[in-house]
Amino acid sequence: MNKSDLINILSQKAPHLSSKDMEIIVNTVFDSMSKALMTGHRIEIRGFGSFEIRVREPRVGRNPKSGHQVQIGTRRVPFFKVGKELRERINSDHS
Amino acid sequence: MTKAEIIETIYNKIGFSKKESADIVELVFDTIKETLEKGEKIKISGFGNFVVRTKKPRIGRNPQTGEEIEISARKVLTFRPSQVLKSALNKGRGEGV
Repeated sequence: MNKSDLINILSQKAPHLSSKDMEIIVNTVFDSMSKALMTGHRIEIRGFGSFEIRVREPRVGRNPKSGHQVQIGTRRVPFFKVGKELRERINSDHS
Repeated sequence: MTKAEIIETIYNKIGFSKKESADIVELVFDTIKETLEKGEKIKISGFGNFVVRTKKPRIGRNPQTGEEIEISARKVLTFRPSQVLKSALNKGRGEGV
């Protein structure tokens, strides 16, 4: 399911809102989450999961095509940890 | 950042009431959870993909006792950040590749 599929489903569930409104809402949710991570903040959505920034140490990598060594600097990567409720729901057919 | 701050952002930006803003943010996350629960992936362009992966059973070990135990088959949720998000997090640092 991509973002426009999600917007369509949400519009069906909330018929009092236009799909244009719904698009703005979904974009605002994810934009505000991106901005929080960009400013170094952690995100915690109860029942869904949390996002945090992890710092990857600099390392020497290799261009797989040419075999040349390249220096890869410190990088920040987002890390997602699934929340308890969602983890259990995803596994509900196993238990 | 918590859900309350996302609700606040919606409230400020869209001009819904606090209650409407809270309800709609709740609906967004509930719908995402329902979809993932069905095993379907969610792709949000510019942010990333949430993918449910199936893991086979495997033998693990209790690190304290050394005892071997079978870890049952399970599903895990992984998040793969988009290139846009990965670059944005490293912007202005002369890196990010």
